[in-house]
Amino acid sequence: MLAWTIYISFIGAALLMLLPANKPGLSRGGALLAALAGLCVAIAGVLQYHGSPAAGGLADIINIPWINALHVHYHLAVDGVSAVLVLLTGIAAVAGILFSWNIEKRTNEFFALYMALIGGVYGVFLSFDLFLLFVFYEIAIVPKYFLIAIWGSTRREYGAMKLALYSFVGSAMVMLGLIAAYVVSKSSSFDLVTLSQYPFPPSFQNWAFLLVFIGFAILAGLWPFHTWAPTGHVAAPTAASMLLAGVVMKLGAYGALRVAMILFPAGLHTWQTPIAILAVIGIIYGAMVALVQRDFKFVIGYSSVSHMGFVLLGFMTLTTVGLSGAVLQMFSHGIVAGLLFAVVGRMVYDRTHTRDLNELQPMNLNKVIPFAATTFVIAGAASMGLPGFSGFVAEFQIVKGAWQAFPIFALLTGVGILIGVAYTLRVLIKAFYSDDKNPQPLAHPLPPITLPEKIGAVLLLTCTFVIGIYPRLLIDLIVPTLNSPLFAPLVKGGVS
Amino acid sequence: MNFVNLHSEWLRLLTPELIVVITALVALLADTVCLRQQCDCIRIKAGSIIVSLGCLIAVAWLSLYPANVHLQMLSITPTVAFIKQVVLGLAIFTALVTTRFTKHIGEYFALLLLAVVGLMLLVSSKNLLLIFVSLELLSVSLYAMAAFEKTSLASSEASLKYFLFGAMAAAFTLFGMSLIYGITGTLDLGDMTAKFKDQSIEPVFYVALVMTLVGFAFKLAAAPFHLWAPDAYQGAPTPVAAFIASGSKVGSFFVIARILFEGFGGRTGSAAWGNFLPGWMPFIAVLAVLSMIVGNVAALLQTNVRRLLAYSAVAHAGYALLALFGKNQAATTSALLYYVITYAITVLGAFTVISVVEQGNKHHSDLSNFAGLSHRAPVLSICMGIFMLSLAGIPPLSGFFGKFYVFTTTIGGSENLRLLWLVVVAICASAVSFYYYLQVLKQIFVNQAPEQSAPIEASPVTQAAIVVLAILVVLLGCLPNLLLGQLESATVTPVF
Repeated sequence: MLAWTIYISFIGAALLMLLPANKPGLSRGGALLAALAGLCVAIAGVLQYHGSPAAGGLADIINIPWINALHVHYHLAVDGVSAVLVLLTGIAAVAGILFSWNIEKRTNEFFALYMALIGGVYGVFLSFDLFLLFVFYEIAIVPKYFLIAIWGSTRREYGAMKLALYSFVGSAMVMLGLIAAYVVSKSSSFDLVTLSQYPFPPSFQNWAFLLVFIGFAILAGLWPFHTWAPTGHVAAPTAASMLLAGVVMKLGAYGALRVAMILFPAGLHTWQTPIAILAVIGIIYGAMVALVQRDFKFVIGYSSVSHMGFVLLGFMTLTTVGLSGAVLQMFSHGIVAGLLFAVVGRMVYDRTHTRDLNELQPMNLNKVIPFAATTFVIAGAASMGLPGFSGFVAEFQIVKGAWQAFPIFALLTGVGILIGVAYTLRVLIKAFYSDDKNPQPLAHPLPPITLPEKIGAVLLLTCTFVIGIYPRLLIDLIVPTLNSPLFAPLVKGGVS
Repeated sequence: MNFVNLHSEWLRLLTPELIVVITALVALLADTVCLRQQCDCIRIKAGSIIVSLGCLIAVAWLSLYPANVHLQMLSITPTVAFIKQVVLGLAIFTALVTTRFTKHIGEYFALLLLAVVGLMLLVSSKNLLLIFVSLELLSVSLYAMAAFEKTSLASSEASLKYFLFGAMAAAFTLFGMSLIYGITGTLDLGDMTAKFKDQSIEPVFYVALVMTLVGFAFKLAAAPFHLWAPDAYQGAPTPVAAFIASGSKVGSFFVIARILFEGFGGRTGSAAWGNFLPGWMPFIAVLAVLSMIVGNVAALLQTNVRRLLAYSAVAHAGYALLALFGKNQAATTSALLYYVITYAITVLGAFTVISVVEQGNKHHSDLSNFAGLSHRAPVLSICMGIFMLSLAGIPPLSGFFGKFYVFTTTIGGSENLRLLWLVVVAICASAVSFYYYLQVLKQIFVNQAPEQSAPIEASPVTQAAIVVLAILVVLLGCLPNLLLGQLESATVTPVF
């Protein structure tokens, strides 16, 4: 059933391409319909999975031979981790469309590329044949380039090309690692489960793990390979930056977990500490750079780097609690970052046409667009990791896991969280609540917040809130999976 | 077998070639005798219909009367028959998309068919002399065709360069073949293998090997024998350039594989890292690595789409050569032929799009002439997008699977991943290549068309041909089994 998320998205993309270019309303409606259908299928599919006897483990959706010459199977399946990310993709897709309601230029193409990207993302999360996973992973790259290059803003062509080239380099590394693993294993299969049972020689694992992990982690914004992220996010149109931060960075993290870590546990143990160090540097560096940005969107862009650092640190703890925190953080950051980008890109920038914090300061936006201000306050609180929001549950678990694995890093991470509070409050005050003594009258009144924006914001806020209050909704999916045989070689301490 | 029987056997085996020769004569006569008074467009239509019919009959003959015989100079296996069908198919497409560029229409179609006959004989032969003669038949036809646009200086330059380099390369090959004959006393590929086992022939053998391969490297446009390619691709009339890039490539790759495996099969040597052994493998490795690097780096700097495709052809020749390192004949041929056939389809499509764009731009094919093509010709630009992305190796297009398959074959060709270095070079090079393919796509989809640019219209036949080629690229990429099944059923018996 979940496979239909992929098909609906691609069929939607194809149909949108055929729609007339001069009827933007039709394209929007069609795209929203396709995304909603995808979300409904995702929810239904996850519920079905949760209720099925296979819950916690791996539930096959379809598994048929595809390319005989390389023993490739068309193998889609779902487990707890993919289920969470499929839900995230569905929600982010719907929200992204609501926040791009004002796209007037080449609307049908915009939404067609958007749905193609979404289809690729669903595909990655559901593929359990590595060849298939790689195919979907690369399918997702091309639409990103065009979404940014055609509909983007600041230095769009540069940002788009940089993002595309970083992605291609990453996927080239992954491809090399996958082919090498296929040849070495002699198992004549790209199936994840089959390959994960093959004892790769440790010397091979040491370099193969690094190659594949870094290849994926480039897209997850691992420091020092993160530089595509801020420029890409800033250049992208609102919906694309929501997707970039919301789901595309998750693709990288997911690949690192699903492929690199599961296939090469010995390599993982070799590189555990160095990668954890990079992750911690990413957390602190991202937060500190975010603290001094003048461009509103750069702040959010760097905060994404910081938050993805948490995910990677959570992976490296190799404890159930740390890993489950990391998966939860992927979900939480997907929602919250999407919301922050929506406020910055759609609610503020599309109206004021500036993102410079010094220019926003005299505008006293909390009086002009109070809805945006309120949304940003709540989203900021979620982003800081205040209790009651999803970010808190996730980061708390990650720090707890880190405490077991690397106590010093846990302390440093705490510093990172504090800086996170600082930059969030800084932009909040500068952009919305400056209460400037000499308010500058606006040249022209800002258009009010539209209904689609409100619906989108409420949707995302509800998600982060619900998960913050009742995280077991997702944790019940994640933890049994982490205890399943597939993840067994990773996790040292089984305590959650 | 008596004299008469032998000749009737020859006639039976060579019927497809005879059909094509007769078609060539019919095309020539029909044009000279009946159509002289008609307008050029009718003559072109009539010519292309005659060519297509003749080729179709030959294709049908090949499927109706499968042959698997080795008779003196000829060796016709199911694989050979399949390659012939592919070449005929490419010729049909070339004829269909021919537009008016010369007054000598009958001669043009006759030469095209003679080139096809050359190719068909080339792939069916296992005798060095016949290989050389058919190679010359192919080459001379192509030299003449390249010069066919008599009013264009570029066309003459293209032809002259192609001819001078080609003649030089042919001289080298002939020299090499004469040495081989001197060493072994035979021109038959099968017989010479045994003679090569003699170690006392060492130095002369290597001279002969390298000399022989030079001529084929020239045909493949492998670096450092690629210098003719950019000028020939740029100056030659588009259908001719397309055929040089597609049909001629398929045949040449097949015959080089046949010479290497059948003739020099005992002298492979090794290109394994740290374990180089003299033989043809190190030589091919050098060609492949140089081609991939030179082709991709030089392509980065091109501003003319045809030259860009020429350098990309050099790079692709490099990737395809890697397939020769597979662990056995079957693995190699299947990967090589998949790659080359899909490449030929893609590049034929790309050249056809270029020819249409040139008609709308006074015969210019600079990158800037493609600006905003997506508005001027939506269908063409989507097809061009498919061709470029396939060349770049983006799934689910056939270029991706071709590369993946070739790389897997190469790595699998040695123990302990000793050939990994070749694939590392290839993957790095192909990561670079994304940049220039994206440049073309950026012009088409991102940039604005210049003011007052009229929509570009292709003739229905051309448009249909382009769409069919694009569909083939997608279809063979999504379902590689379609082509691999053909190749496999053909390679159950020995390939050559």
